[in-house]
Amino acid sequence: MTATMTVPQDVGKTLQRDLLAKYYSALETANQRGEPVAYLFIPGNLVELMRCFGFHAVYPEINALQCGIKKVAGDNIVRAEDLGYSSDVCGYVKNDVGLMLADRLSPFGKIPKPDLLVCNYSGCNTFIKWFEALAHFYGAEFALVDLPYIREDGISKGDVAYVVAQLKELIARCEARTGIPFSEAKLREILGFSRQAEELWVQILHLAKEHPSPFDSYFEAVFYMAPINMLRGTPECVDYNRQVLAEMKTRRDEKRGPVPEEKFRIVVEGPPAWPHFRTFWELFKRWGAVAVASTYSKVGGLYDQGVRHDPNRPLESIAEYAMGSYTNWNLKKRADLLRRYVEEYEADALVIHSVKSCRSFSVGQADFREEFVNELGIPTLMIESDLADPRYFQEAQLRNRIDAFFESLTQRRLTGPTA
Amino acid sequence: MTGLVGIVEQCRTLIEDVTFPRARAWKEEGGEVIGGFPVYAPMELVHAAGMFPVSLFGAGGGVEIEAADSRIQSFVCSITRSTLELGLRGNLDAFDGFLFTNICDVARNLSGVFARNFRGKMIEYLHLPQNVGSSAAVDYMTGELRRVLASLERLGGRLVSQNDLARSVAVLEENRALLRELYRIRSESPWLLPASESYVLARASGLLPKEEHTKLLEDALLEVRARSARPMDKMRILLLGSFCEQPPLALLKAVEDAGCYVLDDDLALGLRFLDRPTAANGDPLRAIAEGFVHRAMTSSVCHTIRPRTDWLVGRARELGVDGVLFCTAKFCEPALYDYIPYKEALEKAEIPHLHVEFEEKMTAFEQARTQVETFVESVLFDSEER
Repeated sequence: MTATMTVPQDVGKTLQRDLLAKYYSALETANQRGEPVAYLFIPGNLVELMRCFGFHAVYPEINALQCGIKKVAGDNIVRAEDLGYSSDVCGYVKNDVGLMLADRLSPFGKIPKPDLLVCNYSGCNTFIKWFEALAHFYGAEFALVDLPYIREDGISKGDVAYVVAQLKELIARCEARTGIPFSEAKLREILGFSRQAEELWVQILHLAKEHPSPFDSYFEAVFYMAPINMLRGTPECVDYNRQVLAEMKTRRDEKRGPVPEEKFRIVVEGPPAWPHFRTFWELFKRWGAVAVASTYSKVGGLYDQGVRHDPNRPLESIAEYAMGSYTNWNLKKRADLLRRYVEEYEADALVIHSVKSCRSFSVGQADFREEFVNELGIPTLMIESDLADPRYFQEAQLRNRIDAFFESLTQRRLTGPTA
Repeated sequence: MTGLVGIVEQCRTLIEDVTFPRARAWKEEGGEVIGGFPVYAPMELVHAAGMFPVSLFGAGGGVEIEAADSRIQSFVCSITRSTLELGLRGNLDAFDGFLFTNICDVARNLSGVFARNFRGKMIEYLHLPQNVGSSAAVDYMTGELRRVLASLERLGGRLVSQNDLARSVAVLEENRALLRELYRIRSESPWLLPASESYVLARASGLLPKEEHTKLLEDALLEVRARSARPMDKMRILLLGSFCEQPPLALLKAVEDAGCYVLDDDLALGLRFLDRPTAANGDPLRAIAEGFVHRAMTSSVCHTIRPRTDWLVGRARELGVDGVLFCTAKFCEPALYDYIPYKEALEKAEIPHLHVEFEEKMTAFEQARTQVETFVESVLFDSEER
């Protein structure tokens, strides 16, 4: 498939669905065919390395959000709680354990068992506990790649050296496990595809600076970002991003956007409420609110901030990428990024969706609100629910908060900001 | 009060005083004070810089939470909320800086919250190596310690020598050796030293200058050894899950009153943290890093190569306990995640267990006591049956 073919309406969604269906279909028989399966996390994932050894990549976070959208996360979570998991721990973890207890049968196919659990620990401590638990349940091999948190302004040489050393150790383990010798030439080729896809993705994201924005950088971008998070390093991913870019340019030229009339431009911080995705989006859409930038679309990598895979510096660039996911940034850098998004994308307000499951995202968000409202004078709404657990979504309460917020923004436009 | 009772009482008063009197006194004399958030912080560096290292453990229900409630969501553990509250109320004004580490996402992010709210102070987040199996872990951590040391040097306006560091490693190691001795006595003769007493004796290590606490422990240990208490028919347990946020003292007492000898625990684990001595020879920073990477005590906040389930079953058998009591803070994710594999491993090994959850603000202990009493009865009855 090439970009010269007739671009159907909404290619970003239809082609994404086809790519994911193909991906899940290949997973179904991986165990039977004896093909190695690696489980990976999205932030800082090392999929390019795993491709060098022919591993299928399974992303439990993606499975969890898919289960959320398909309305089966609630059942999975309850199964895990019956096993003893607390109601207070991450819903993604419980979804995954619940899926395991259901023989890994999901609405999108059978998920294979892991042979290797590659814990790319970037920005989330729960990742370690999650894969330690899977290692316990499956008896699978656990490989930790410790990715230091960005605790100063940038990444130090010491941090890169530490990660590169671990990548070499991981390569040795993969060689031993698969019997396939590591080929740097192959890795460079794969990284070339990653880089192309990343360049295109950044061009897509930047199009949201247009008025009106041709797409919603939160509610739609979370679908468009699936290939770059999951299928990076393949020509299909490059092709997908090229087609989405073309579609977004067409939308821009036609002044089409995700809502009939763009009334409010918002920046969104925090993951979506997957189990109630449509309802959640509708609460904003009805006000003509469009997300022009979001942080959730950067959890797989802050490409718009210059993060890139580089075939000329293979392991070093993988290390820098792996530390460059949004939740691996310290709170000050996160707040600065939010402020720049508001400025660069000419947004009217910041919306924070605080989720119980993910303390990595959530703790500190109330300080963002303090800073934005009291120091920067940027209208900010903070709401709470969850990314996986349908029980935490209180629609009426959310609607009241969101309505009141946009009413006050409307008022503010008429009268100017009040002191 | 004199003797051991007096020492224990002195320590209890100290840990319940959320105004940090010793830190204030140190500050008034012109010194610098550095607070360390649990679980572990390399306090050797603080000591070597001539500063007073204080181990923070929240407020233990000692303050009303007001300002922090709007900053920390309701689904977050008490220690985070109360530690921030202490700061916002001015209880931490005597502190010049704070150290945080990657024990969990909440503690990590709390470093950022502190950095924003206490802008004049030194806030350092140490990313401690979790990949303890990597050959690069010690080098990496040595670099991380050097970075934090430089930050302390900037704060104090003076350089720290290798000799200073070596001396501080020895001072802290001497203190840890006595804490290990305290725990050894308790595991061998728990009737001589209840956990509720040993806990306050140990906790004071984070609130007094280390040399002073070492002297206090020496005195206390003499007294403990001289006690003439006799063993009673109680259930011998291992208490697990309180490595960060601390259970109320009354809860520990309730567990003991319900008929338990607590042979070992992970209360305030960071004050001990190394299960074997650290030698101060060679590069002291490297020695500290090697201590952390190779000799850290097993807990839910450090990844281990050997599954911790094996460690737990082995530890329970080595101690000869009748059961394991999981005593975890509400919302404490590391403890709550580990509880599942731990519980499964114990069941497979036929070791009884019970889970009790606590919060700092907890005031009613009857329910917990009843739970533990039932546990004790069922286990002791069961063993008589056999």
